[in-house]
Amino acid sequence: MSSFVTKHIAFHTPESELDDALTSKYGSLDQSEVLAILESYANENKVGKNFIGLGYYDTLTPCAIERMILEEPDWYTAYTPYQPEISQGRLEALFNFQTLVTELTGLPVAGSSLLDEGTAAAEAMNICVSATGKKKFLVTEDVFPQTLAVLKTRAYGLKLDLSIGSLEDLDDSYSGILLQYPNRYGEIPDLTKISAIKQNFPEVRVCLATDLLALLKLKSPGALGADIALGSSQRFGVPLFYGGPHAAFFACQEELKRSLPGRIVGMTKDTRGNNAYRLALQTREQHIRRDRATSNICTAQVLLAVVAAFYAVYHGRRGLLGIADAVHGLALRLQEKLSSHLTVKSPFFDTLAFEIPDNEDLITEAEDQGYFLGSVDGRVLVAFGEGHTHGDVEALGNMIIGHLRRVGASEDKPGRMSIPKSYLRNDSYLNQKVFDAKDETTFVRYLKSLQKKDYSLSSGGMIPLGSCTMKLNATCEMLPLGFKGFNSIHPFRQQVPGYQKMIAELRQMLLDIVGLDEITFQPNSGAQGEYAGLIAVRRYFESKGENNRNIALIPTSAHGTNPASAVLAGFKVVNVACNELGEISLPDLEAKISENRDNLGVIMVTYPSTHGVFEDTMPSLVEMVHAAGGQVYMDGANFNALAGVVNVKDLGVDVMHLNLHKTFCIPHGGGGPGVGPTVCAAHLAPFLPTGGNHFEDSDGLNAVSSAPFGSAAILVIPYVYIKLMGYEHIASATKSAIAAANYLVKELESDFKILYRDKDGKVAHEFIIDLREFKAYGVEPAHVARRLMDYGFHAPTMSWPVPGTLMVEPTESESKEELDRFARAMRGIRAEISRVERGEWFNDNNPLVNAPHTLSDIADWQHPYPIAVGAFPAGMDGVGKYWPSANAVDHVAGDRNLVCSACVGG
Amino acid sequence: MNQKKFTKDHEWLLPENDCFQVGITDFAQRELGELVFVDLVAEVGNSIRKGEVFAVVESTKAASDVYAPISGKIVAVNEAVADSPALINEAADTTWIMKIEATDILELEELLGKEEYEQLCN
Repeated sequence: MSSFVTKHIAFHTPESELDDALTSKYGSLDQSEVLAILESYANENKVGKNFIGLGYYDTLTPCAIERMILEEPDWYTAYTPYQPEISQGRLEALFNFQTLVTELTGLPVAGSSLLDEGTAAAEAMNICVSATGKKKFLVTEDVFPQTLAVLKTRAYGLKLDLSIGSLEDLDDSYSGILLQYPNRYGEIPDLTKISAIKQNFPEVRVCLATDLLALLKLKSPGALGADIALGSSQRFGVPLFYGGPHAAFFACQEELKRSLPGRIVGMTKDTRGNNAYRLALQTREQHIRRDRATSNICTAQVLLAVVAAFYAVYHGRRGLLGIADAVHGLALRLQEKLSSHLTVKSPFFDTLAFEIPDNEDLITEAEDQGYFLGSVDGRVLVAFGEGHTHGDVEALGNMIIGHLRRVGASEDKPGRMSIPKSYLRNDSYLNQKVFDAKDETTFVRYLKSLQKKDYSLSSGGMIPLGSCTMKLNATCEMLPLGFKGFNSIHPFRQQVPGYQKMIAELRQMLLDIVGLDEITFQPNSGAQGEYAGLIAVRRYFESKGENNRNIALIPTSAHGTNPASAVLAGFKVVNVACNELGEISLPDLEAKISENRDNLGVIMVTYPSTHGVFEDTMPSLVEMVHAAGGQVYMDGANFNALAGVVNVKDLGVDVMHLNLHKTFCIPHGGGGPGVGPTVCAAHLAPFLPTGGNHFEDSDGLNAVSSAPFGSAAILVIPYVYIKLMGYEHIASATKSAIAAANYLVKELESDFKILYRDKDGKVAHEFIIDLREFKAYGVEPAHVARRLMDYGFHAPTMSWPVPGTLMVEPTESESKEELDRFARAMRGIRAEISRVERGEWFNDNNPLVNAPHTLSDIADWQHPYPIAVGAFPAGMDGVGKYWPSANAVDHVAGDRNLVCSACVGG
Repeated sequence: MNQKKFTKDHEWLLPENDCFQVGITDFAQRELGELVFVDLVAEVGNSIRKGEVFAVVESTKAASDVYAPISGKIVAVNEAVADSPALINEAADTTWIMKIEATDILELEELLGKEEYEQLCN
């Protein structure tokens, strides 16, 4: 801790006594010690070739992608690309992802990733229900088991009538149907029947859960008349990671584009008329639409979508088809080898399912040889992936034949099964230039050209985002992701002792830090953690016969995900007002409680508040809600102002989520991955979806995501972080974060109005700068945000939670020098605003409204002020200057005309 | 023009023969900024009650419901604004979004006059 921090540390926090027991229980280790532990855990996880399938397949991550994206902080430490002028690189990569998805699915609109295949299916169900107003939805029983489990929970949350059956059960009363193509046994369903759905039931929306590699060969969902296609892009170069993180894809017909969940990248122009990318149609999303959003999704899987897109760019259209052919070829070869022993009834792409007597013995024998076979509904699964060989086919084939002979199975008549020609795609696809064949030199230069455009914690500087907690993590925390024993494990493997030890330890450490009793690692984002927690609350009330408790009280200052998640979990949202100090209004809370006393389910509260203040009202609020029989949900987005200092149970919290990608150092990935475990008190624990073989649970409400431990691999990051810090330094980090925010307040308060503080004039770990008075001179937060780019900064959170303001969160990880640099930039901007106020500069033509200034501007300077004033403001020199790659982008044009994939030849 | 009535939610209502034009005010369009999407929720022939949503107008950063100022039957919706939302930015005060036949003429009395509305905006 640097000395300036200690000077500022005497700030009010609700409880500042260190817990002695925890301090001695969790000392801090050095890097080599932690790595040695995780290396030994990784070695306990047996590594081999995975044939388990069910949505997770072996793939080979090209070395260039592994080293230059997965291990490159410029990619993994960037923020969500809300500031497009400094995010063109990953916006283009995501645009490539969308183009890949629209081309392979044959559907016109695609988003830039969802959290996993199961939740993507749940989103599809949601869209069908909203589009038709019908509550019935049909899913065929041969979809992946984990998808079915996630759908069951979602149907429970939204009170939908979910039927599990077959295509034959379909009628007009259903809003939609979901089929898996190919299904859980690897079978390609009768495509003539799928094509016929639309003719027979034109009102029913058709959703296909599918596989991008298979779609290189098979008819596209669009050609089959589907409205929605979804699935996982994992096998496009993303390691198995014991379940995640992986990017799901989602594509739909034009008429559903405004219902599409999650972010969409669209193309538009910048002020110089150059093509530029941006996030489009944001009014669908929870940060604007709150309880009426199409989904609660916020954090997505940007980094993994970027990997999948680059995998396609690396291999090109011909390379990809080659991989699909090779994988299919291996499956064909095995089927041929076994054809006189085992019958295959349907055509297949990459997976064979056999009914084999005593199959447990076979699976064990194969495992001893390093082959992990799958098993579903009593059938053995052999699912091929990239990296499998003819040698593997021979070995597996011989093993299976040997087993059949041993158990005395009868021989079958030989037969070969191939994909009917009418099932193969006959259209041309991926003809965009970016998917042309290229050598590695060309590929690496393209990758780097995109990387260089983006501002990240490593390439730029501080990203002072209120509520988003952007801190540069230690490289050492990332290293274990490269261990085979962590990254090559299929999520449905049963025996992975190293993972189990790591997860159990992390569970205990987090429970100790939080002070609650149970945790689930399934949620792949904070919003999903909220949803899991609220589902647990609803089930808890139902167990007590209080089904009526369906009201969720949500302050107007809450994150947009809160109301959106409450709706998905079946709650009715009632807003609670905030007073002029930004605090939750206790009189209004009292009124809302008394109006809803009998039906009060839960309050969702953020502490410290989204306004960056430790609200004194918290104890009264908790007491009032508990007295009325409600539960208290705490949004953990600001837990980095509490960790190691406050025991959440003492606050009276019943359930909360943690953002491991904020407080516990998982890097932001440019917009995901995230991990949002739900943590709860003992009385809610039986209702929490916890890990294990969750898709076989009979009550069907044990899954909020596809994998038993969510994004299991990246749990190593908080594990290493906590071990390095020890309990004592986690507390210091919290205090340093609070000190840093208060230091910046002191530095800036004479130039800007600081909106909210507590009674002692202090803020928590973040604060709000009010810019509303400058609107009279034509200066808006967006101008200040873009001007900060000229000064070499990423903007703070803009116009949230209060319109017309910026919310700054410096975090504990920035040096005093960097905080001072930021303060100088803000003061410089204030001086510039003064020049506009004084009339020295035009309201509509000054360095603020024209920002950011690019190298193209320098080459063709058209502004009434000098280059030095525009591009090298206050005290900056040209050395090490970060240059935005685009001028201000035209958001309006981009939303009026959505372009979300590249045209052929583009 | 003084026949024009207003709501506190920034809709305007103007008599036209035996029905009323309804739009959003210039103040509302300025607050919203450039519109990128107009969703005509209500359809011609629908009955609608005062206070129900008949359209949603969206800028890049906000989505705002537009409410029926009076109850009645919808006799026309302006497809032109759905095709080109900028029309509302260009002339909000004269660009109608729907036309409605009133079922309860007394409801008109609850609406604001021009001066009252202007006071509200200030």
